Amino acid sequence: MSIILDHVSHIYNPGTTFEKRALDDISLVIPDGEFIGLIGHTGSGKSTLIQHLNGLLKPSSGNIFFNGQSIFDNDFKMKDLRREVGLVFQYPEYQLFEVSVIKDVLFGPNNLGMKTLDAEVAAYAALKSVGIDESLLDVSPLDLSGGQKRRVAIAGVLAMKPKVLVLDEPAAGLDPLGRREILDTIANIRKEQNITVILVSHSMEDVAQYVERIIVMNKGKIAMDDTPQEVYSHDEELQAMGLDIPEITRLFLRLKKEGYRLPTDVFTVDQAYEAMMK
Amino acid sequence: MIRFENAVFEYIRRDDEGNVEGITRALDDVSVHIKRGEFVAVLGANGSGKSTFAKHINGLLVPEEGKVFVGGLDTSDDNNLLKIRQMAGMVFQNPDNQIIAQTVEEDVAFGPENMGVPTDEMQQRVDEALEKVGLIAEKDNSPNRLSGGQKQRVAIAGVLAMKPECIIFDESTAMLDPAGRKEVIATAHELNKNNNITVILITHYMNEAMGADRILVMDHGKIVMDGTPRQIFSKPEEIRKYKLEVPEITELAYRLHKAGAPMPAFVLDEDEFMEAIRSAKAAGALS
Ligand SMILES: Nc1ncnc2c1ncn2[C@@H]1O[C@H](COP(=O)(O)OP(=O)(O)OP(=O)(O)O)[C@@H](O)[C@H]1O
Ligand SMILES: Nc1ncnc2c1ncn2[C@@H]1O[C@H](COP(=O)(O)OP(=O)(O)OP(=O)(O)O)[C@@H](O)[C@H]1O
Ligand SMILES: [Mg+2]
Ligand SMILES: [Mg+2]
Repeated sequence: MSIILDHVSHIYNPGTTFEKRALDDISLVIPDGEFIGLIGHTGSGKSTLIQHLNGLLKPSSGNIFFNGQSIFDNDFKMKDLRREVGLVFQYPEYQLFEVSVIKDVLFGPNNLGMKTLDAEVAAYAALKSVGIDESLLDVSPLDLSGGQKRRVAIAGVLAMKPKVLVLDEPAAGLDPLGRREILDTIANIRKEQNITVILVSHSMEDVAQYVERIIVMNKGKIAMDDTPQEVYSHDEELQAMGLDIPEITRLFLRLKKEGYRLPTDVFTVDQAYEAMMK
Repeated sequence: MIRFENAVFEYIRRDDEGNVEGITRALDDVSVHIKRGEFVAVLGANGSGKSTFAKHINGLLVPEEGKVFVGGLDTSDDNNLLKIRQMAGMVFQNPDNQIIAQTVEEDVAFGPENMGVPTDEMQQRVDEALEKVGLIAEKDNSPNRLSGGQKQRVAIAGVLAMKPECIIFDESTAMLDPAGRKEVIATAHELNKNNNITVILITHYMNEAMGADRILVMDHGKIVMDGTPRQIFSKPEEIRKYKLEVPEITELAYRLHKAGAPMPAFVLDEDEFMEAIRSAKAAGALS
């Protein structure tokens, strides 16, 4: 499922004193199977942008094409879009509403018309992959800790097996091990099923480690759209936008300044270790 | 300032008929003493009991067994609750949920107003609080126009206007961009240093805990480690058992050390890493 945004703008509360242009003339092509990171300061428009990707929000101006078809076409089927593009919300509370964890995760697959058995298999597998213990299946989502809620919200979307998986801060609030496991799980699903993944994150480290393309948003506009290597070579520009470069990259910049001949496109501990042991 | 004495808390889930379906022991015999002016980071896996611990400090929850004292006051005595809520304020994760008023100033005034602070004193409290978090210039603006980091600082000012002795940050940086995260952590340290406010910082970002005086690690409702950042993070194998990690730069140094490189087994941060590199070079162990 390819997605094209053509000069998309989004204005909240138009014509009122609360009017806010959250997206300002965004044009993007998202081909099949890419792993994209979306970063930007708080309020830069990331959540607004991704809600356009499954039709939750419509552009105030501009157009969006899914597999070549405009969302404004008369025969465009919003329901099909929801089936193909799975969106994990930034705040899991907005996503969890059933009386138990298992019912919550089953809701999506059931709603898509999956057979009962298939839906159950998908739900159990999804809960397992996000590290939710079986003892929590009948618990109300309201009675979970913050990180447990987030895991259940992610499982609910994974269980629908979307072709495009959009995750708004999926690792926020997860413990360090959980963070790594969830992101690894997502990376594996993407590899196995060849789906598109869009990861919104405030962690420069997570984005650097997993994605192949980074889109940087700044005040509703796209400021950069490039490889991690290229984006993270713009230290000062990123800082001016409230962002940063990965911790390890910063260390290597410092080492380089002191005269060590080390690469500066190093983002992870593994890469740093390799580079220094050479 | 804060004392837990064998505190036990259980969440009990009941079905429609009121029968007990499940029990989670979220605090399991917790005893700890936090001194006035300490900066304490609380780490632990999801569901380990951190937020439950925090809610006991401002009297939102009361232990079923054992006692919790805040500023010498017993949290299980209802007569103490107002005083305790004023002494220990909380800042949460979602910057948008915490803002309620039309202007920054009104938002900060909300807490003390409910507490019955007289109007003439109010203005002074609000101004002081906004001054401390560096947002006095935004006083008449709408909170909606602020960045996430600024919104969290407004929430901090709201707590400050209550003249607290302790502020609890429950993952207050989880939804912030790198600049916002730095702002909030720096503000917490300033308040701790300049105003002697006790800080309890709950976080999943290990490097935010590096600047703390003390770290508590929680696991299944118990405090399983208690020490300085240096003590805690020099045991990477142990903290991994609790689903934690050491910060990346500390990890890198540790791995280099284990591979026989001229690096100490533990460095706290970037500065110590650079220091170690320099001394290795001076000793001729590096080119
Ligand atoms: N429902 C809404 N009504 C009015 N304004 C909104 C609404 N949702 C978002 N905004 C505003 O639109 C802008 C973009 O918000 P958005 O949530 O898309 O940013 P973001 O990049 O996701 O930020 P964060 O990193 O904090 O999640 C912000 O100024 C925000 O205040
Ligand atoms: N309202 C509630 N009702 C029942 N059980 C609860 C409730 N709130 C929390 N629990 C359970 O109590 C335990 C401790 O939860 P708590 O929220 O204190 O964890 P936490 O360490 O803050 O986790 P996180 O890092 O995910 O925020 C968890 O097992 C959780 O499922
Ligand atoms: Mg957002
Ligand atoms: Mg919590």
